[in-house]
Amino acid sequence: MVKTFIVGFDGTDACQRALDFAVSCAKHQSAAVHLVHVLEWSPYKFMSSEEMRERHERKKHEVASAEKFIEPIVEKLRNAGVDITSEVQYGNTTEILCGIAKEKLDSQIFVGRKGSSKLSKLLVGSVGMSLIQSSPVPVTLVP
Amino acid sequence: MYSFFKRFLGAMALLGLSTQSYAESGGLDEAISRIFEPIANPIVNVIFYSVPIGGVQFPLIVGWLVICGLVATIFFRFIQFRGFKHAIDLVRGRYSKPGDAGEVSHFQALTTALSGTVGLGNIAGVAVAVSIGGAGATFWMILAGLLGMASKFTECILGQKYRNELPGGKVSGGPMYYLERGLREERNMGGLGKVFAVIFAICCIGGALGGGNMFQANQAYSQIVNVTGGDESFWVGKGWLFGLLMAIVVGSVIIGGIKSIGRVTEKLIPTMAGLYFIAGMIIIVVNIDMVGWAFGEIFRGAFTGEGVVGGVLGALIQGFRRAAFSNEAGIGSAAIAHSAARTSEPVSEGFVALLEPFIDTVVICTMTALVIIISGALLTDLTGVELTSAAYATVLPWFPIVLAVAVVLFALSTMFAWSYYGLKSWTYLVGEGKAKENAYNFVFCLFIIIGASMSLGPVIDFSDSMLFAMAIPNIIGIYLLLPVVKRELNKYWAKIESGEIQKVK
Repeated sequence: MVKTFIVGFDGTDACQRALDFAVSCAKHQSAAVHLVHVLEWSPYKFMSSEEMRERHERKKHEVASAEKFIEPIVEKLRNAGVDITSEVQYGNTTEILCGIAKEKLDSQIFVGRKGSSKLSKLLVGSVGMSLIQSSPVPVTLVP
Repeated sequence: MYSFFKRFLGAMALLGLSTQSYAESGGLDEAISRIFEPIANPIVNVIFYSVPIGGVQFPLIVGWLVICGLVATIFFRFIQFRGFKHAIDLVRGRYSKPGDAGEVSHFQALTTALSGTVGLGNIAGVAVAVSIGGAGATFWMILAGLLGMASKFTECILGQKYRNELPGGKVSGGPMYYLERGLREERNMGGLGKVFAVIFAICCIGGALGGGNMFQANQAYSQIVNVTGGDESFWVGKGWLFGLLMAIVVGSVIIGGIKSIGRVTEKLIPTMAGLYFIAGMIIIVVNIDMVGWAFGEIFRGAFTGEGVVGGVLGALIQGFRRAAFSNEAGIGSAAIAHSAARTSEPVSEGFVALLEPFIDTVVICTMTALVIIISGALLTDLTGVELTSAAYATVLPWFPIVLAVAVVLFALSTMFAWSYYGLKSWTYLVGEGKAKENAYNFVFCLFIIIGASMSLGPVIDFSDSMLFAMAIPNIIGIYLLLPVVKRELNKYWAKIESGEIQKVK
């Protein structure tokens, strides 16, 4: 039995499809949905001193606007009777999702897939591909 | 009108219509130098007050910096060696908590601070040191770099501990603040602290205009003349024009607020530094059979002082001077830079800062010195950036062009960094405010033009003197506040030993 469906969510159509699918799966199995919004961040990226001085303020601002962005989506589903939680995290999407999956027992990861063209198949560096490589739990790619 | 006339003459010279106008087109530059030198010379004489030791003039200020490094080294029982691994672990993110993501990481704080100090000091300063002080100057430069690690450790912890958080989340910190608050709170010397803070701020503005500005403009100009044809170059005698262009770039960022230019420049710096480092390593590897000999020269020169004016002491003074100019340890500028980064543990910032003199002086300066010694360019009468350029060209003939680009970029990034240090000192003195800040920024840009117009001697001496002057109040403050740092350090180690601060990876 899967208890938690972890959904990587960035607001694109693909992610919306993944969320919808996860919600319908969760309903059937009376499981919970956990929405994760990742702000891409690397501690090794070079930063100008200007950016460094503004960083703390900007982080607060970014987190606030990210939360403001996913809040209505979560609220709407919660009102529809879905057992849903959410979090905003900084870092690499794949690492963050895998990290959460490790902590939550019996979980699955749902992510959307953007491209369908031949070109996008060549772009192996996508979140979906790297999740398949490294996820500790089953991964569902929603086209 | 006058400048138009000069430009006209310059254009004539370019077209080959006049063979005489070289000296003439240098007239404006000379005029600026003539006005400036009588002001610069007395300042230089005071700061570099020298005592004759064994027949050599020993500037007391150089001893002052080295003794600070030595005292800090002994007081913290060789923290630069004991804490080296811990510093590396911090930078690798092994102590970063997941909640720290999105904030400035230790790695970013280090690389950003390095981009402010790695620059002309490593390229031109080293060349000045070895051309005057001989190969042996390198040895003393490395030693000064190692001692400087302890000074920087101390001042950055103080900068973090006593920084001021303004409403809105922006932080201001640096020696001004720890001299004032630290001495008042810890030593009950509020009056003295305030006086020191004001002296520091004034010297910092001078240092920003000197070493952080004029020296940079001057060396960038000299390298541009060098790669565009030397004596035949269009730029000969047009330092003012080059300075004007640089001033427009810097001014558009610090006055005009066009931040993107600043960001682009700063982000090119790691690439340039990487390129410089790789090129240096290539030259060393190509001449690997000479490395042993070069180190032999360095050690021999350090203890015999052969062929150097002033012998061993002459080599030592040059090495120490250039090291201090390059890594800025004990000067107090790093404390301003590091106080901008946010961390829950002030001490951890000190550990990170300790790596700067190591990378800057022990690694990069040594590499430059090795290249110069190996290439044999030391036997020519070149100096400054031209010497480094000639040394690199012996193996990589195209490198002077890369170096010219690098020098201009390094000069710009150092100017941005120092314009900030100077500005923080200025606002500490006169208060915050747009008009006040722009007045300072305008003067800063003006000095770029002056710096590019002068010959190297007066510029280097003046910029050195102002930069070193910052060390007088800063180091007295460091001595008085050493027990505070010790207390913080002990608390920090206790937390690590008790497991309160844990490795996460």
